Amino acid sequence: MIKYIYLAVLFPLIGFLINGFFGRKIKSELTIGIIGSSTVGIAFLISLLAFVQTIQFPVEQRTNTVELFTWLSANGLNIKFAYLVDQLSLTMSLIVTGVGFLIHVYSIGYMHGDKGFWRFFAYLNLFIFAMMNLILGDNFVVLFLGWEGVGLCSYLLIGFWYDRKFEKGTTADAAKKAFIVNRIGDFGFLLGLFLIYQTFDSLNFQDVFSKAQTFLINENTFNLIALFLFIGATGKSAQIPLYIWLPDAMAGPTPVSALIHAATMVTAGVYMVSRASILFASAPTVMMIIAVVGLLTAFLAATIGLVQNDIKKVLAYSTISQLGYMFLASGVGAFSSSIFHVMTHAFFKALLFLGAGSVIHAMHEEQNIQNYGGLKNYMPKTYFTFLIAALAIAGFPGFSGFFSKDEILWYAYVNGGFIFWFGGAVTAMLTAFYIFRLFALTFLGNERFDHHKYHPHESPSVMTIPLIILAILSILGGYVGIPEIFSDQEGNLFKNWLEPVYKSAEEKLLTSSFHSHFEEVLLMLISVLLALCAIYIAIYVYTKNIFVIDKLKKRFVKVYNLLFNKYYVDEIYDSIIVRPIKIVSEKILWKFTDSIIIDGMVNGVAEIVNIFSEKIRRIQNGLVQFYALIMGVGIVLILFWIIVNL
Amino acid sequence: MTNNFMLTYLLIVPIIGSLVILFFNENEKKLVRWIGLVFSLITFIISLFVYYLFDSTKTDFQLIHKVLWIKSLNISYHVGIDGISLILVLLTTFITPLTLLSTWNSINDKVKMFTFSMLLLEAGMIGVFISLDLFLFYIFWEAMLIPMYFIIGIWGGERRIYASIKFFLYTMFGSLLMLVAIIWLAVYASNQLGFFSTNLLDLYKVGPLVSREIQKWMFFAFFLSFAIKVPLFPLHTWLPDAHVEAPTAGSVILAGVLLKMGTYGLIRYCLPLFPQTAVEYAPLISILAVIGIIYGALVSMVQPDMKKLVAYSSVSHLGFVVLGIFAMTIESMQGAIIQMINHGLSTGALFLLVGIIYERTHHREIEYYGGIAKIVPIYSTILMIVSLSSIGLPGLNGFVGEFLILLGSFKSLVLNSWWYTIFAATGIIFAAVYLLWMYQRVVFGVIKNDNLRQELTDMNIRELITLIPILLFIFWIGIYPSTFLKLTEVSTQSILKSVASFTYDFLK
Amino acid sequence: MSVIPIEYYLILSAFMFVVGVIGVFIRRNAIVVFMCIELMLNSANLALVTFSSYIGNPVGQVFVFFVMTVAAAEAAVGLAIIIAIFRNKQTVNIDEINIFKW
Repeated sequence: MIKYIYLAVLFPLIGFLINGFFGRKIKSELTIGIIGSSTVGIAFLISLLAFVQTIQFPVEQRTNTVELFTWLSANGLNIKFAYLVDQLSLTMSLIVTGVGFLIHVYSIGYMHGDKGFWRFFAYLNLFIFAMMNLILGDNFVVLFLGWEGVGLCSYLLIGFWYDRKFEKGTTADAAKKAFIVNRIGDFGFLLGLFLIYQTFDSLNFQDVFSKAQTFLINENTFNLIALFLFIGATGKSAQIPLYIWLPDAMAGPTPVSALIHAATMVTAGVYMVSRASILFASAPTVMMIIAVVGLLTAFLAATIGLVQNDIKKVLAYSTISQLGYMFLASGVGAFSSSIFHVMTHAFFKALLFLGAGSVIHAMHEEQNIQNYGGLKNYMPKTYFTFLIAALAIAGFPGFSGFFSKDEILWYAYVNGGFIFWFGGAVTAMLTAFYIFRLFALTFLGNERFDHHKYHPHESPSVMTIPLIILAILSILGGYVGIPEIFSDQEGNLFKNWLEPVYKSAEEKLLTSSFHSHFEEVLLMLISVLLALCAIYIAIYVYTKNIFVIDKLKKRFVKVYNLLFNKYYVDEIYDSIIVRPIKIVSEKILWKFTDSIIIDGMVNGVAEIVNIFSEKIRRIQNGLVQFYALIMGVGIVLILFWIIVNL
Repeated sequence: MTNNFMLTYLLIVPIIGSLVILFFNENEKKLVRWIGLVFSLITFIISLFVYYLFDSTKTDFQLIHKVLWIKSLNISYHVGIDGISLILVLLTTFITPLTLLSTWNSINDKVKMFTFSMLLLEAGMIGVFISLDLFLFYIFWEAMLIPMYFIIGIWGGERRIYASIKFFLYTMFGSLLMLVAIIWLAVYASNQLGFFSTNLLDLYKVGPLVSREIQKWMFFAFFLSFAIKVPLFPLHTWLPDAHVEAPTAGSVILAGVLLKMGTYGLIRYCLPLFPQTAVEYAPLISILAVIGIIYGALVSMVQPDMKKLVAYSSVSHLGFVVLGIFAMTIESMQGAIIQMINHGLSTGALFLLVGIIYERTHHREIEYYGGIAKIVPIYSTILMIVSLSSIGLPGLNGFVGEFLILLGSFKSLVLNSWWYTIFAATGIIFAAVYLLWMYQRVVFGVIKNDNLRQELTDMNIRELITLIPILLFIFWIGIYPSTFLKLTEVSTQSILKSVASFTYDFLK
Repeated sequence: MSVIPIEYYLILSAFMFVVGVIGVFIRRNAIVVFMCIELMLNSANLALVTFSSYIGNPVGQVFVFFVMTVAAAEAAVGLAIIIAIFRNKQTVNIDEINIFKW
């Protein structure tokens, strides 16, 4: 099946083409939905078969390439359209197609009745196609193809309801912002690619990585390459300073937020860092930067998440925060932990978003959690699955988030130091708090909504079944990566599976400082305790004793405003980057430089000639005989001159 | 060898077409349109034959047809192609029928003259790309100004006279200097070789021998002429005016092919004739190109007029091409050539698209529109694809060119600095800004203007026929560019090799 | 047989030429101006024929044929133009035909 892995890419594309071209004609939503979902389902099956096949191979043979055709070639550059099937790409493609399939199915229910139903499914399929290219690409350029492709789909889907208002503008504004901010990241990514090509004379993963191991290359070069690539990752994976697009991306339909802006696309940066682990591992300075940026993003986004009232906004900041975790893991060299977290996060965050979608669906597009409350009685399935997801993200022992988060915190401690662990643990506590605040305000407590206006109800089973499956995954997903101290013989299955991909990177990092099991267990206990406290406080405060919050708000009104307004980052960017560029372009470049200076010179030359001609044109009076006379006089003068000079 | 006449056929068929048209009555508009279309299609088919006959593995010029013309000055009618000429000829013959088709309804006044001018223009453009004699080249270069002058001046917008004169004089100014340089070179050749010659192949041997001091003058005489045509910042101000005032077909031809003549000239003449000076001044020229990329994009961003926006975006895109040429690596040069084609297709298509709604509403201001996705879904989709191709989305054509140019310029030894690429690469951000912003304001949002509901109708079959071939190539070049890259690879290599052979010491 | 001296011919030719020149300068009627031009051409013809016969070289007479041909063509075109102008402006007074000016 490995040979046919391209089919896993092709099928979503076929789905896109069918729905894109004929969707308008297909009247039945079900047909469209089935086409859209089944193509992704088939892609999942193909990935699964390839996975099963690969797992039977001995470890050395688990990396395979499938070449399709030569894409770009010029001089030494030879870029093939080829797919790399190895442990990492298989893991990711299983996540993407698996979660993707569930979300497709869910969307059949969620998008029911929408005029752009066919368009929605076409875009979703296109997204899966692009994402699969990103994951499976055998070189940086195919990866970039997918990278931009998912960006495009994200753009199209954020602006899906392009005539709706969203915050200060329209959804199209949010879409454009996402695309452009991503482009800024891509700018860095491209420079990284160029530098890689200049250094290694290739853009093929295996070439570059093997050369990176053996060539003697200046560390500065590695640092620059890694930095450029990381700039790309900050764009796509919403890290400081380019995270600003993700909260706005919530303008899109909720399944989109679940699929693209939580489970899959935004993890592309993490995947890329993981894929190029050897390049990053050779750049210690940038590794440090990544860890710090990851931690800062995780922490700051979590603090913003504490006070937001829009259900999707909270989840968006939560996503940013969790992505920060993944980068923290990458930054401290725990690449497999970051991918592990990508996986568990895909399960529980998709579930959270789909649950939120189910709630929004039930509440007729109301998204303010202050207007919810007590919904557990109306939608028990959503309530129950949401609870599981919340427990998972909060790191409740036994749930998937616990395993992956704990692993990250442990490596942060081992490779990074206490401060990284501490920051991570505090963030984990904040996470537990905001997610249970959200949970409590939505499902528990008094019913604060207007009963005349809203009639909450459970969603149809086409939506709840995916929720249930994801809930199961959110619980069980973590058990593939049980920490070594708890599993006697097999060790950490997930880690061992991915191990060969990171072997060279880990050799480079060489972190062999010894830590006792006692430490590990102790730290784990502390972080779990912190999370449990946060969960308890959140539920208690938001169901029983809401006044505490009001008091706190009044007491720390400045902090509250700062957080509520997201540290004013959007406003700052707007006033120091966006607006100056616009003003300079219009007032200085266009209306002054172009129109007055450059064009002024051009027209000025013409003007001078004109003035001069104006003076001498009077000679032309139109009288033929006058011309003849002048001619005669001329002849006489010339004759005279000749005679005189004889 | 009858094949030798192929290029001459290519040149003569549009001319015959234009003459045939003169025999028809002005009132037989439909017939005249059809005749124009048929002749331009025949030309296209001939160019496909030429493509078939062309062997892309050979370095030399092919399908050469040479007839002595002015004996005493040793000037001959001398045509031939290499990969670079061929791909541009194909672009020309491909675009011309589409533009004729696009004006089916929009031009109703003096149809006969218009079709006549378009066919003559096509012949002129093909001539520029296939001439191997500088004298002949110069004639085509100038001759093609005349029909374009009329196309802008007669069928243009309100300020058409101003725009057409500006276009004409600007271009003329540059080319006169080039004429002086051509004559000087020919005279110099007669000293070196013993005979007066304007044959390009002879001059290739002579040009690099010119003393550096004089070569500089020669180079800039040529360069100025081409730079105006490209147009390179700061010689670009004729372009927005010409584009805005020209009728859609004029804009398409102007953006699609005419601007390429400038960049073609740089590749064909400036580099191999004066390699030392070209290398010496490459950094300076590249700086201008990079300024053009950013400047064009920024100015484009704030334009209220869609056509002007696209026009300024040309300045930005052509900046990439010039950067690619003067980075002088195979990657960047190949990228530059592909980018020339891309710009012809994408910007051409953008002008066609702007023309399509202008035809219906007679408004080009972005302000006037909003929310048209609801009214004209097919149009919106196509506009989206074309914009994305212009933005350089991988998988579409724009990416291939920009990627290769930037990749090549990054490792260029001639430029020897990353800064060019770093600044140039910001262009891809700005490209996304101006096009998506425009797209969003025009297509998305709520329907702004009730007139739009009545005025706008979605694209009809004829308009689809004009755009679908372009879309086809947008995808083709994006997904499988090898077809095109292979065509020009050998030619690019040989040009760069000859440059390198003369400048080896200098580069050290 | 007494031969008419060459001076006679030349004086006649010069006289005709001067008449033509003066006519071109001072007459206002386009047709007259046109005829004066013809007169100048013919005076030149006369001089050519004279010298040809005097020197005994027939080339001069060949030239005369050329001049006559050109003059005929010119007369045709010129008169056509004058007629066209007359139709347009109802006059052939060249002072009034001065639109080709600033």
